[in-house]
Amino acid sequence: MSAMRATQTRRLPGFGLTLGFTLFYVTLMIVIPIAALLFKASSISMQELVETFKTPRVQASLRLTFGASLLAATINTLFGFIVAWTLVRYRFVGRRLIDSLIDLPFAMPTAVSGIALMAIYAPTGIVGKQFLAWGIKTAISPLGVLIALIFIGFPFAVRTMQPAIEELELEAEQASASLGASRFQTFLRVTVPSLIPAALTGFTLALARALGEYGSVIFIAGNLPMRTEIASLLIVSRLDENDIVGACAIAVVMLAATFVLLLAIQGIQWRIERKTGRN
Amino acid sequence: MSVEVQHVSKTFGSYKAIEDVSLKVHSGELVALLGPSGSGKTTLLRMIAGLEVPDPPANQDEGKILFFDQDVATRSVSERQVGFVFQHYALFKHMSVFENIAFGLRVRPRSQRLPKAQIDQRVKELLQLIQLEGFGNRFPLQLSGGQRQRVALARALAIEPKVLLLDEPFGALDAKVRQKLREWLRRLHEQVHTTTILVTHDQEEALEVADRVVVMNHAKIEQIGTPEEVFHNPASEFVIDFLGSVNVFSGRHVEPSSEAKTDGAKIYVRPHELQISKESLGSASISAQIQRIQRAGTSAKVFVHTNKEQNVRVDVPIHEFQFMDLEIHQQVFITPLQSHVFSPDYTI
Repeated sequence: MSAMRATQTRRLPGFGLTLGFTLFYVTLMIVIPIAALLFKASSISMQELVETFKTPRVQASLRLTFGASLLAATINTLFGFIVAWTLVRYRFVGRRLIDSLIDLPFAMPTAVSGIALMAIYAPTGIVGKQFLAWGIKTAISPLGVLIALIFIGFPFAVRTMQPAIEELELEAEQASASLGASRFQTFLRVTVPSLIPAALTGFTLALARALGEYGSVIFIAGNLPMRTEIASLLIVSRLDENDIVGACAIAVVMLAATFVLLLAIQGIQWRIERKTGRN
Repeated sequence: MSVEVQHVSKTFGSYKAIEDVSLKVHSGELVALLGPSGSGKTTLLRMIAGLEVPDPPANQDEGKILFFDQDVATRSVSERQVGFVFQHYALFKHMSVFENIAFGLRVRPRSQRLPKAQIDQRVKELLQLIQLEGFGNRFPLQLSGGQRQRVALARALAIEPKVLLLDEPFGALDAKVRQKLREWLRRLHEQVHTTTILVTHDQEEALEVADRVVVMNHAKIEQIGTPEEVFHNPASEFVIDFLGSVNVFSGRHVEPSSEAKTDGAKIYVRPHELQISKESLGSASISAQIQRIQRAGTSAKVFVHTNKEQNVRVDVPIHEFQFMDLEIHQQVFITPLQSHVFSPDYTI
């Protein structure tokens, strides 16, 4: 067995070198910064950590951050699917233009996005004015946070589902039709399930982006403590107040929660892949 | 369930895929559509299935597709009750083998749907039929190509289709598996007797499996007949050329009945219709030199070069070959025992 392994390694050269580089790079860029954070946080006693977590202001900010991010990622996955489907399956005038517009939120500096969103959704903005007339505040409200998170996460959902839709087997749909399925049944039973892995990936990326978002949210959110203050902003204000321990405590909670969430989604994907024999 | 196609055409842009084709497949028959790629055989099959729409007919008698004398040309694929099997299986990868086979039964309208226990029973029977009992919980990607194609066939059979349509079903498999599945398909057909149309470019497959063979070329049907008929009495140069190897001689052909003569006619002789001998057997014999001998197989393939600068292949049954002691570079004579001549008009 070990002999076989050795010959296999030799047959595809460069394994030692590339693995070494991968480990070095991952350590330098990801493990060390996280370790530093944990090291800093380790000076906090467990009690202090619990105390920080128990503060209503911290709890409210975490709830807003995770709640709005999950909701934004869900909305992005649903609407991203429709947009990706339209772009792949139909040919129409302006398709290329729309296709290139999708990347814009991704490429724009987040502060620019924030100002742009503020200009539209503020009580004096074009859209904000309309909604205000109906009694809905699109800025300086949790809704504003949600809007910003949808804006910046959208490209991730579309771009991960596009190739999956392109690769859908047309013949599987034809087979479904020949077996007597209606178009809707084919869509629901054949098309959608084949896209679940890609949709999950898109969801994860949009979620990860939303959880860490800062620049585009802070203008539109208004940052009212307890109401529209996201966790990232709270960390920054703790640092401004020179409360490094408090900042670290929030950061550790964020890190742990994010890690668990991503691991859970990855777990679902692994299960799907293992079950259907994709790896 | 008989299937009939009447004067059907199909064009893609300016490309004619099918040109005024008519065909009748009898109830319970297994018919093979045989032809090279681009001959239109798959298009014809897909039109029968309803996956492709024929060109709008010029008059009432054209463009008809009849299932048991009922015109289904306007019905969609989901209404035609056909079992369609694709070359690349087109299985639902996210469903288990069991769910794949049950699919057609599960999507029926509530009023026609079988109770769950009956669906389970039917799927179990089909798994038995395709010899994959115990594979119900596997997923398509965990199966071999041959197994996948059998699952695709069971899935198509589950809905008790009026017609079974197979589009190059064994095309993506290796030779050994093809051979096995071919024999299995023939046995299966004898069991279930569903009217079946099979598309293939493999003449051996068509001749071995089908009750009748439809040879297609350039969007048209060249010949329809039993495997014997198309092989031994080919109707055209194309058919004889496509069904196995053939040697082409040019020369004078004398029609035995009328003494009519054709100069420069093309004479087609299959490798097994030539006799090889050390001495001339008469005026029909041609002198030649042996270039190469290939002994593997049930007959030895002897490649000779004639004195008319032609390369010819002669097949000699291996048990005869053993007593002939032929060698490379030896001078021999080849004599056609049988030949085929295609001339639209004989000149006198």
